[in-house]
Amino acid sequence: MIEISHVDKWYSPTFQVLTDCTTSVAKGEVVVVCGPSGSGKSTLIKCVNALEPFQKGDISIDGIKVNDTKTNLSKLRSRVGMVFQHFELFPHLKIIDNLCLAQEKVLGRAHDKAVTKGMALLERVGLKEHAQKFPAQLSGGQQQRVAIARALAMDPIAMLFDEPTSALDPEMISEVLDVMVDLAREGMTMMVVTHEMGFARKVANRVIFMDRGEIVEDAPKDDFFGKPRSDRAQKFLSKILSH
Amino acid sequence: MLGNFDFDVIRRALPYLFYEGMTFTLTLTALAALGGLVFGTALALMRLSGLKLLGRIAGLYVDFMRSLPLVLVIFWFYFLVPYIGQWLTGASRPISVGAFASSLITFIMFEAAYFSEIMRAGIQSISRGQPAAASALGLTYAQTMRYVVLPQAFRNMLPVLITQTIVLFQDTSLVYVLSITDFLGAASKVAQRDGRLVEMYLFAAIVYFTISCIASFGVRRLQSRIAIIR
Repeated sequence: MIEISHVDKWYSPTFQVLTDCTTSVAKGEVVVVCGPSGSGKSTLIKCVNALEPFQKGDISIDGIKVNDTKTNLSKLRSRVGMVFQHFELFPHLKIIDNLCLAQEKVLGRAHDKAVTKGMALLERVGLKEHAQKFPAQLSGGQQQRVAIARALAMDPIAMLFDEPTSALDPEMISEVLDVMVDLAREGMTMMVVTHEMGFARKVANRVIFMDRGEIVEDAPKDDFFGKPRSDRAQKFLSKILSH
Repeated sequence: MLGNFDFDVIRRALPYLFYEGMTFTLTLTALAALGGLVFGTALALMRLSGLKLLGRIAGLYVDFMRSLPLVLVIFWFYFLVPYIGQWLTGASRPISVGAFASSLITFIMFEAAYFSEIMRAGIQSISRGQPAAASALGLTYAQTMRYVVLPQAFRNMLPVLITQTIVLFQDTSLVYVLSITDFLGAASKVAQRDGRLVEMYLFAAIVYFTISCIASFGVRRLQSRIAIIR
């Protein structure tokens, strides 16, 4: 589904953020990307739907090349859901309108159909009664659930999560993770940048460990948690699992 | 001292002052603000676009306009543009533009430069995550601007935009250099005719002051009503 091969990215000629990154996410697979901050994991996931440009290598989604100038990027992005660290709901629109905007403007759905779809998804994430509120009236966890619903409203073929729980208060993390776990169990193709190793243990098929812009480890979940082969991954795991 | 004043001259001139003068002033203000906003937003988008040449052109325009006194531009535009138009089109006579059209175009050009700076600040105040989220949903650049960035930028900037419009409302009185009958022009004509300069200019000042004050007060009310809940 998502093929990443030999991707290099420089912020400036002397500052390389991604070095020869190669991996893939198969249909229905859940891949967790972890690593210390500054390791390039967020940058990598943003390259997947071309929110960040990269200079070398190829990324393709469902056979369509992301880094081809002939690709209709808007159309491609509309098929890949993305959830951000800081939710990025549109603050001037009501919750339901946040869900309807792209359905109507990008997919061309009629307003009442978009509302029906939006309400169904809000119900699914347990926020139906908040449809007429504005984003700032919701808690962080609720906003992130709305953001997931907003992405799902586009009927995506895959979902990208960029540290979806990092900006949340601890007591709100589980409500967001529950939604993500459900999604994973339903067979959604997911690429998730996160530090939530509990989530990885529960639903990930593979875990990728990144450090200094390189993919150091790319292993099935059980192998990764059983015996990480690299020193760096071992160190990282011992730090975040120690308490 | 007030005994020497004849305030009745004001009462008699009221229909003329307001029907002719104030109508012109308000029409010019409204049209210039609207035009300035449209062109100002376009200039702001040019400056913020990734295209260096477009940004450079818009930047030069804004700097140029802001470096000239408004009176000079009004004057210059009215007297020189007919000749430039003649030269450009090769017509046999200077192209007549008309005082209203000429002053309107001047104000739009001038205000566009100021509005564009306000809009630029407004657009830049939107966090980069917002357009990223919009793109990620598949919205094109134009749709992202129209549905996500500009509505928020406008709300953030509306108080400043209206304040600038109040300044514009006062600045329109500069059309007196073209002998146009705006509110101040009308007051000044009556003042000269009846020899009642003090009364008329005092009255004109009070009217400008009152309208601007009410508008400023309105801005504050509006500000609290339309602010995006954060």
